[in-house]
Amino acid sequence: MSVTPLDAAGVAMPAQGTSLWTSARRRLMRNRAAMGGLIVLIIIAALAILAPYISAHAMDDISWEDIGAPPDWANGYYFGTDSNGRDLFARTLYGARVSLMVGVLASIVSLVIGVTYGAVAGYLGGAVDNVMMRIVDILYSLPFMFFVILLTVFFGRNIFLIFVAIGAVEWLDMARIVRGQTMALKHREFIEAAHAFGASSPAIVRRHIIPNILGPVMVFVTLTVPKVILLESFLSFLGLGVQEPMTSWGVLISDGARDMETAPWSLLFPATFLAVTLFSLNFLGDGLRDALDPKDR
Amino acid sequence: MFSFVAKRLLGAVPTLFVIITIAFFMIRLAPGGPFDSERAVPAEIQENLNRVYHLDQPLVGQYWLYLKSVLEGNFGPSFSYKDYSVTELIWAGFPVSMELGLTAVFLAVIIGGALGSLAALKQNRTADYTIMTAAMTGITIPNFVMAPLLTLVLGVYLRVLPVGGWGDGHELKYKILPVVALALPQIAYVSRLTRGSMIEVLRSNFIRTARAKGLSEWLTVTRHAARAAFLPVVSYLGPACAGIITGSVVIEQIFSIPGIGRYFIQGALNRDYTLVMGVVIFYGVLIILFNLLVDVLYGVLDPKLAHR
Amino acid sequence: MLRTRAAFGLSMAFALLTMTSTLALAQDAGQVLRIGNGSEPQTLDPQISENTQDSHIERDLYEGLVVIDKDGKVAPAQAESWSVSPDGLVYSFKLRPGLKWSDGTPLTAEDFVYSWRRAVDPATGSKYSFLYYPIKNAEDIATAVNKDVKSLGVRAIDPQTFEVTLKSPTGYFTRLIGHARFLPVNKAAIAKYGNQFTRPGNLVTNGAFMLKDWTPQSRIVAVKNPNYWDAANVKLSEVDYYPIENQNEELKRYRAGELDVTNEVPSDQVDFIRKDLPGELKIVPYLGSYYMGFNLSQPPFKDNLKLRQALSLVIDREAIVAKITKTGEQPAYSWVPPGIAGYQSQFLDWKTMPMPERIAKAKELYKEAGYGPDKPLNLEIMYNTSENHKKIMIAIASMMKQALGVNVTLVNQEFKVFLETRKEKKATQLFRAGWIADYADPNTFAELLQSDAGLNDMGYNNPEYDKLVKTAAVTVDPEKRIQMLQDAEKLVIRDLPMMPIYDYVNKRMIKAYVQGFDLNILGYFYSKNVTIAKH
Repeated sequence: MSVTPLDAAGVAMPAQGTSLWTSARRRLMRNRAAMGGLIVLIIIAALAILAPYISAHAMDDISWEDIGAPPDWANGYYFGTDSNGRDLFARTLYGARVSLMVGVLASIVSLVIGVTYGAVAGYLGGAVDNVMMRIVDILYSLPFMFFVILLTVFFGRNIFLIFVAIGAVEWLDMARIVRGQTMALKHREFIEAAHAFGASSPAIVRRHIIPNILGPVMVFVTLTVPKVILLESFLSFLGLGVQEPMTSWGVLISDGARDMETAPWSLLFPATFLAVTLFSLNFLGDGLRDALDPKDR
Repeated sequence: MFSFVAKRLLGAVPTLFVIITIAFFMIRLAPGGPFDSERAVPAEIQENLNRVYHLDQPLVGQYWLYLKSVLEGNFGPSFSYKDYSVTELIWAGFPVSMELGLTAVFLAVIIGGALGSLAALKQNRTADYTIMTAAMTGITIPNFVMAPLLTLVLGVYLRVLPVGGWGDGHELKYKILPVVALALPQIAYVSRLTRGSMIEVLRSNFIRTARAKGLSEWLTVTRHAARAAFLPVVSYLGPACAGIITGSVVIEQIFSIPGIGRYFIQGALNRDYTLVMGVVIFYGVLIILFNLLVDVLYGVLDPKLAHR
Repeated sequence: MLRTRAAFGLSMAFALLTMTSTLALAQDAGQVLRIGNGSEPQTLDPQISENTQDSHIERDLYEGLVVIDKDGKVAPAQAESWSVSPDGLVYSFKLRPGLKWSDGTPLTAEDFVYSWRRAVDPATGSKYSFLYYPIKNAEDIATAVNKDVKSLGVRAIDPQTFEVTLKSPTGYFTRLIGHARFLPVNKAAIAKYGNQFTRPGNLVTNGAFMLKDWTPQSRIVAVKNPNYWDAANVKLSEVDYYPIENQNEELKRYRAGELDVTNEVPSDQVDFIRKDLPGELKIVPYLGSYYMGFNLSQPPFKDNLKLRQALSLVIDREAIVAKITKTGEQPAYSWVPPGIAGYQSQFLDWKTMPMPERIAKAKELYKEAGYGPDKPLNLEIMYNTSENHKKIMIAIASMMKQALGVNVTLVNQEFKVFLETRKEKKATQLFRAGWIADYADPNTFAELLQSDAGLNDMGYNNPEYDKLVKTAAVTVDPEKRIQMLQDAEKLVIRDLPMMPIYDYVNKRMIKAYVQGFDLNILGYFYSKNVTIAKH
């Protein structure tokens, strides 16, 4: 039994040779919903990158005459303006930059740590599992706000810290789910068979456990992304997230929620972008799960 | 089973000790103190306040004092709600948060579980798409959007339910909107998780065997599939439960509910050291209990996992 | 089948809810006033309280020697009259005859002696004990130099005469004691219940109302006190205070008829309110200043008056109050907000200059300060997280950028982290600050900029200024005192350690049927004057 988290981390992605990947890719390409999702995501990412070129106004320019103005195609405020008179179209697109990055990267961080940690704990069981899960209990219980405040105090403001802060909490759920699934798989016939054939523990975790828990993992990742994107706006409140005049969907949505009655556009557009992104990610996630499912192979 | 639970409860003591220790120093390391405000007071008065609240001693000394008083069951007076002790505040607010939280979790499990299973059984058909679209929408809409929307429409425009408040705590009308706002995202979560794992389970060998044996679809699903499919839901719900029944800051603030959810944020913002420590310990105990419960449930859902 | 189960579950869930629930009967509103009161009070102990939301309730539950009336003037309350010795050192207050506590026991001058001693006693742990410093020996007792609490300059000559001896003449003394920290508490109740004396059932007060119920984070209920001296003129039978932190939800509860008076008005909703709820928005001046502080101990603002002037000139305060804050705030050009009776605020001399001229002048000064288009100033503006501050900082940053080409970085911090950073005077350059008057006298502003003042986070250090303020504080002649404070403010306007942005206002939504809910310049209201008209 020499599985260290490090060993497993290197193999969190199923690596059964190129044939798996080619066949998975072929299966994924055939999945229309997944491909549609992917295309939409690419479009949104492109919009985010091209934001300065396609918006009529700079994202931080204040128009004193158009404070809280509704959408107006004539003057280039396609999504209206915010309560400072800034173009919400440009701001929504710029917001995509931070939110997509945070959503995807922080979710990957939580995925890698959570899956590795959970699989190792669940597979090894016994005292190791007990200690590892008590550590998770402890991390669940620590006051998140003070953690974030201390991060800002000791390390200043840094976009990298957003991932640290979010990653530090979001992997816990993932680890617990993966551990539960692993424990259930451990006693299945095919795992015991692999064991009998002399497969090493790291190999069993890598080849048999992780591919077989991808289903719930993928589902949970698609649940993590929106959580992470909205959590980012809380970090901004504590001074860790994005700073004005830069913005994110989380910040736009929480600002928009305040004015939902008097300025519904300020909530509607960023929220729609977020929803479309999540639907696309969801389809893509489902497709990926199907493509990688060992049972269909 | 009994010895397993007993062992784990015994293990909770060192876990709690670690939580208390890390949290105590974390909280005290943060800049700002309970008496800082826009109104700066003369240094001598600041010193006097520190003395009155025993903040003038070395930190390690304060830590031992705190541990001692916790062992005696005394969590100290609150710094920001000075007329109450931390214990009083938690015991006054917890039943409120718990009532709302348990109802929401209950709804989430029943409705979410049923919808998720239904979607899985009708995979890639209209019912599935409808349910999953609704669920994704529920996940996308954060509660700080959903709750104000509910109060605006049902409270201000239609005036069928109160916007906020708690009355004397015994009136149903004050509880409906908070429970709905609290339950909606959880229903979405649970249905999404259930659908995913149910699809997985329905494809597995033992379900095929059950079907081959001629078991009715209903029995197959409820007897065999549901148990296994609920594993990830249970893994998620354990810690989530601890979070939900200790109240949601957003929901409690929006509906003005006298629960303990807001103490987690408000206590931290006020640097109310004792209150934050109180809720951290309380939450820690719940996390430990619920994760223990989850592990016990694993054994029930999948007998192979029963602990020796 | 699945569906029946779900339906069963649903009914179970509501059964869970109804177990503890009964349907409420609509209650008769009558003479009940329901007030939104911001956040949960910290305490109802007037000597320990710190926040405005506590004081609002305390001014209804308790009554001091004097009140500050709706015009901001000192008016008799528990004291029916008072006299001052010629040297301005001894105040003698005559209490009304037959005063009683809410439990029916008589209230005497001894009760004030007890309460004021309690306030300065270090063991009480009162943060605001410094308000008592003008009283003889107060400072020494509060700072534990003098251990004899009884040596405080207060005494009861007879049950109806309360005498105060001051350290030095203090022109604003009667204004000062209108503050809620000077309210009397009941000795017997404190002796009996200790730190639980503020609980419903335990709390004994002397105001127009008395505490009936208190559910933390939900509601405080006060009912009319029959033993109050002026009970015959108190119309309300009950006042409910609701701690509602979220301003938008507070407004919704007001619109739904669950509140009669709100604590705040969200500025984003003002246009809607003016249109749909005309006449219900009440705005009154509030003695407070919203300003931006320059850190004078670090570059770029250290010894660079011209740069400070340039930046101050380009802030279009009129635009900020008209387009951002929107609720009648006044553009500020002075340190002491106008509105204190007898005091002339000192204004920046370019107050009336039109914006283009200001910008032209600012450009010159900016250049003379050593900056220009090829060498722009890189400035960090720091503020504590809040929707309102954020909007104002964004506007300020854009004004500086547009007019002078300053590169501004906005930095927000959580409130307590911000206070600490500001106090250290190391990492700050330009920072947000605000000050609300403790009492209606310019001294409450003047004190703040003394070199040793706790809130002087600018690091303003002008010995001439310090001397003027200190001398004014002990000057008996009211005219001379005011003149000195005005001279001091002139120095502030010259040296510009901060730039004023706007003067605060108090804004509340008040239903048309609520009569007599008057807010004074300090934001005080007294529910005893309120009547609920038929509606």
